[in-house]
Amino acid sequence: MTLLKRGLSRRRVLQTGMAGIIGTGVAPLMFTKGAWAQEFCNNPTGDTVTIGLNVPLTGAYAEEGADELRAYELAVKHLNGEGDGGLLNVLQPSALKGNGVLGKKVAFVTSDSQTKADVARAGATRMIERDGALMITGGSSSGVAVAVQGLCQEMGVIFMAGLTHSNDTTGKDKKRYGFRHFFNAYQSGVALGPVLGQEYGKDRKAYHLTADYTWGWTQEESMKNATEALGWETVAAVRTPLGAGDFSQFLTPVLNSGADVLILNHYGNDMVNSLTQAVQFGMRDREVNGKQFQIVVPLFSELMAKGAGANIKGIFGTSNWHWNLQDAGTKAFTKSFGAEYGAPPSQAAHTCYVQTLLYADACERAGTFYPPEVIKALEGHDFDGMGNGPTTYRAEDHQCMKNVLVVRGTENPTSEYDVLEVVQEVSRDAVDYDPSIFGGDLGPAEPAPMC
Amino acid sequence: MLAMPRKDVVLFLGFAAVVLAMPIWLQPFGAAYPDLLNRFAIFAIFAVGFNILFGLTGYLSFGHAAFFGVGSYAAVWSFKLLSMDALPALVFAIVVSGLFALAIGFLSLRRSGIYFSILTLAFAQMSYNLAYSVFTPITNGETGLQLSLNDSRVLDRMFSEPGPGLPSPTLLGTPLSGYVAFYFCAFFLIATFFIAQRVTGSPFGMMLKGIKSNQTRMNYTGVNTRPYTLAAFVISGMYAGLAGALLAITDPLAGAERMQWTASGEVVLMTILGGAGTLVGPVIGAWLIKYFENIFSAINDGILTQFWGFLPDGAQHTAVLISSKFVGEGWFLTLGLVFVLIVVFLPGGVMEGVRRIAALFRPNKPTPASAGTTASKPHPAE
Repeated sequence: MTLLKRGLSRRRVLQTGMAGIIGTGVAPLMFTKGAWAQEFCNNPTGDTVTIGLNVPLTGAYAEEGADELRAYELAVKHLNGEGDGGLLNVLQPSALKGNGVLGKKVAFVTSDSQTKADVARAGATRMIERDGALMITGGSSSGVAVAVQGLCQEMGVIFMAGLTHSNDTTGKDKKRYGFRHFFNAYQSGVALGPVLGQEYGKDRKAYHLTADYTWGWTQEESMKNATEALGWETVAAVRTPLGAGDFSQFLTPVLNSGADVLILNHYGNDMVNSLTQAVQFGMRDREVNGKQFQIVVPLFSELMAKGAGANIKGIFGTSNWHWNLQDAGTKAFTKSFGAEYGAPPSQAAHTCYVQTLLYADACERAGTFYPPEVIKALEGHDFDGMGNGPTTYRAEDHQCMKNVLVVRGTENPTSEYDVLEVVQEVSRDAVDYDPSIFGGDLGPAEPAPMC
Repeated sequence: MLAMPRKDVVLFLGFAAVVLAMPIWLQPFGAAYPDLLNRFAIFAIFAVGFNILFGLTGYLSFGHAAFFGVGSYAAVWSFKLLSMDALPALVFAIVVSGLFALAIGFLSLRRSGIYFSILTLAFAQMSYNLAYSVFTPITNGETGLQLSLNDSRVLDRMFSEPGPGLPSPTLLGTPLSGYVAFYFCAFFLIATFFIAQRVTGSPFGMMLKGIKSNQTRMNYTGVNTRPYTLAAFVISGMYAGLAGALLAITDPLAGAERMQWTASGEVVLMTILGGAGTLVGPVIGAWLIKYFENIFSAINDGILTQFWGFLPDGAQHTAVLISSKFVGEGWFLTLGLVFVLIVVFLPGGVMEGVRRIAALFRPNKPTPASAGTTASKPHPAE
């Protein structure tokens, strides 16, 4: 104690401090090392298998997130053999038995991604590290999807992307562990271009307002390519921050730009706000260059259409899926979703539900949860009955190739859910493209010892 | 000359032990997983650094997230251009954020009080908006700056060929993942805590405290306070840069939302919640807020139903309905309530509560004055 009373020198403190730090720092590592002994990340050992749902419950895409969560809960129910079985009955071919996956009951944990890449990665990490999630799924923003997909590649955990429409998700930033059922901006452009040419003519001047992140950028590019191929001129393309709320400062210049088409590369609440404001500015009643001014929303969803109300009437866009299609898969899904929640599902809900089933089916077919085997089972898999016609999970970029819908806001809605009508179902051959055009590299399938 | 008082040594050793044992004592709270532990350490560094400016010098900066974000961006760029090793990234991030703090501090510190706060807020918000618009080539906008396969990584390429897939950050060849990353961050937390402790006890720290209690008087006695405030500003900016870099090391991604005013406000909350002006307070505040953000926000109805399982059916339903408003998406509400309660009943933060409890057990000794009154205690020079 005399030593301490005299006070310690800085050197002495540093010496003992460092020794203590190293000593205590190393000791727990010896205990945690054992955690890596498992064969792969979060190998389910009990009688349940946990999936991690990473959806935005707050922020610009919160509506989509809430609907996605409903779809996931329904999918988990159906996989566990509860409810009416939904799409389990119509998936062709199917290895699903309705008793969970590989005999294990499906459980889930959730996380609010807040439409922020940072938060989404933190949430995904928590679900993998703490809650033992074997697979991560969700996302309603491509920025988030790309970020989480990268994380899942590092961790060796499969990521089944939900609503993400950027070309980058399965293009420049594609990953071996990431899979996307949703279509992309390139396919939107290819599908929508001819319809726009037919309706609005070959001599138009387009003005783009674009959400300033990966999805907006690629959609703007794809729409530019598609419309310029028609002979349209692009007057300007202005980037707007995600979740801006007020778009009037971006809309005012449109009025004086000489453009006669406004292309809104916005989604979720942003699109609801920008479209409503554009209508309030009187844009749809204007005539420019002797033509009626038009608004185009390349990526549409039922939830947005509902949010925008009457403003959406007659506006063209594209959709991944619509509840009013007449095939067996769509009918089955709309029926069981409607029975559970009292409203028809959105395209976001549909893609998330399908992704969950496809993952479960791939595990069953692979006969194991070991990710490289599940990846092999998904790559190049052909299936049908999920509401999009015959579909292929392309092995080169993990993009689902299927039909794309061109939709329009219903002019005379018969119910509050009747907001979009399908104008044309563009066949998958028409929206096919070479996977190498976007570059990128899938990376290795062997999981890194990260988890 | 360099001797530390015994009280400080005990505090330092106790702090180090608590931090290093976090994976053990956080187990019952469901928070002992590497990613959250990293965040605990990183945001504690951020708050400790912020406290040097706010708690010690009395300058309330509303723009510290800017330095945090700049540190992250600098670290990721170091990963992209130089090497995946953590050390160059850290050095680069600290230097860049230090220079950035020097520039902003030089301008903002011409004013004090509310004007200073508004200036820093304006600069931070400016950085945030620039990161979204003009600087998109550097920051990659909303998508966030990420590693890619085409990065040059000059230093790494000199020694080895690129492996398959994206590389992850290393420390001299050891991959920084899981608990290794946590002890890496914990080391920096302990080291920066030690530095903050020494700064507080030094003559320089004495000057900062003097500036806090009465800057005008300091000026009248012939002391030029500007260099001191600027030094404190730069030091805390470098702390923020270090924290930002560590966040990028544990997860190589940098997004502009790290610079948003809410992120700046968060560190102010952390410091006030824990106890501004104390050494341990900001650390506790940072842990509390990060705990709420990560654990409370993840509680859903299913977990609540289990938790209230002992109640009869109707009561259980009501209990779940009421409590679900305070968890999950509603975690901000809980945090807000806790903050209001603390500010009203414990103006000195959690640390004041600790002091009051400690005082209960030592009724005979004269209780040490609370944080609010220490400032007005007559100084030896008076």
